Amino acid sequence: MAELELGPVVLSLELAAVTVVVLLVVATPLAWWLAFTRRRVRTVVEAVVAMPLVLPPTVLGFYLLILLGPAGALGSAWLSLTGDTLTFSFAGLVVASVIYSFPFAVQPLQAAFEGVGRAPLEAAATLGAGRLEQFWRVASPLAMRGYISAAVLAFAHTLGEFGVVLMVGGNIPGSTKVISIAIYEHVETIEYAQAHVLAAGLLVFSFVVLLSVYTLNRRLPLVRT
Amino acid sequence: MSTLSLHVTLARPSFALELRQDLPLAGITALFGPSGSGKTTLLRIIAGLEQDARGTVTFDGEAWQSERARVPTQRRGIGYVFQDGRLFPHLTVEQNLRFALGRERRTSRPSVDFAAAVAALDLGRLLGRRTPSLSGGEQQRVAIARALLAGPRLMLMDEPLSSLDLNRKKEVLPLIEKLPETFGVPVLYVTHNVDEVVRLANDVVLLTAGRVGAYGKVAEVFERLDLSPLTGGIETGAVLRTEVAGYDGGVATLRVGTQQLRVPMGAASVGTARRIRIHARDVAIATSRPQHLSIRNVLVTRILRIEPGTGMNVELLLDVEGEHLRSRITREACNELELAAGQQVFALVKSVALEERLDRS
Repeated sequence: MAELELGPVVLSLELAAVTVVVLLVVATPLAWWLAFTRRRVRTVVEAVVAMPLVLPPTVLGFYLLILLGPAGALGSAWLSLTGDTLTFSFAGLVVASVIYSFPFAVQPLQAAFEGVGRAPLEAAATLGAGRLEQFWRVASPLAMRGYISAAVLAFAHTLGEFGVVLMVGGNIPGSTKVISIAIYEHVETIEYAQAHVLAAGLLVFSFVVLLSVYTLNRRLPLVRT
Repeated sequence: MSTLSLHVTLARPSFALELRQDLPLAGITALFGPSGSGKTTLLRIIAGLEQDARGTVTFDGEAWQSERARVPTQRRGIGYVFQDGRLFPHLTVEQNLRFALGRERRTSRPSVDFAAAVAALDLGRLLGRRTPSLSGGEQQRVAIARALLAGPRLMLMDEPLSSLDLNRKKEVLPLIEKLPETFGVPVLYVTHNVDEVVRLANDVVLLTAGRVGAYGKVAEVFERLDLSPLTGGIETGAVLRTEVAGYDGGVATLRVGTQQLRVPMGAASVGTARRIRIHARDVAIATSRPQHLSIRNVLVTRILRIEPGTGMNVELLLDVEGEHLRSRITREACNELELAAGQQVFALVKSVALEERLDRS
């Protein structure tokens, strides 16, 4: 049995965790807006949000590489701010992952907010609750399932990403060499034993996470209005 | 007394609301009309929940909505009871009630005491319950208490009884009736049920197709013959103010001036005021005091007017010591009895419509 390389595993978990936190913060207002706006532009925004679902990772990775590169809009700003390049760095991977997993966070949240609907928020408003309070004390608790789904799907999807990471991050141990890249490398160099350890580990981990989420979701004592 | 001044329009593809009305609010004012007449929409405009409404809404000189600005719902100092309660399903009854507390409001009204609201709506035993497990009547009681605890200057109620069965209605109705007196808050009450209007309201705004068809005291509006097309085929009749003089074995003695009516009733407490509605078709006329008759309720009245009714009928407007009564008789009978305005006649009351029949609209 080959020894487990911890480096890529830790890096993958770290990347996924940071991505989820950033995603929930960024996706919540957008999902809220999509759920409640009456403006027509909403359809366009929905289509844009769903793009990463259908685009090949290489297309996404290619444009991200240009955007995040030292000459790109985001990359150059980052460079002048931190003195570091975004491409082939952990920070760049986070940006790429957030964009890549965006629909996996936005869509469950949007569905959850739509499920909550205007009715409880109107009730809260008639009781004197302002917008923020309507969100924190009524909408978010009622949308808890959506939050759990969004977090888990985004986490798992980030763990599993490969193409975008390869194009934007490359394969730098300790910085951008995540599990999927490590597996690819092992297979390329015919180290099937090492590939097995990581692949099977990811397989089992994904199953356990999804299973516990579905179990938790079922037990969550929330009732729709 | 508070005053609500409305001058609003709202256009929808299939519906337009347009009205201009000053409403002095005291006690309970009913917003009454057939479904689709815009009652709920108007209530939502007053609450600030209709984004597309245009015009002005002014409450006691405070502009809630003007052409330029709109005060958000949460700062209007209202209470709102929705048709379906809208309790928060993730909170217990007590948490739902406490949600309404502790917010600064632009109001000089003293806040409502938690214990007083819980007692008034008899919620003591329900406080720890989760709201989805409550019955419909319990949910509406919690919703009313919650709206009260927000310390409203104006209480808006949207058909709070419509989702309840008859027994639940009887349980909630007396609680609503007492709100203005107990908590000093005027109530605007939406309903399409004429018995609820008669039982609860002092004044009524009759809405038809998004416009005000009539506004005034309940008794005055309901005795107007010309409004029956607007009320969607509601029986013409009259509303009398009475006082409960006695109650015994399911039958109440109601005093109308110096005269009395005996009326079967579920419950009544002696000394309280009671409005009743008597349909025109349930009142027969005699020119001398009738004898040997099964009808027990006979009132001495004076004919105020004789108006043409539908078909072969005429409608009489009668005065009963200041209260009004309507009677529908055939033209033939009217001619034979030689009835004329100013004449004293005996009104034979066959039955009285009461809140026991609230399930009928």
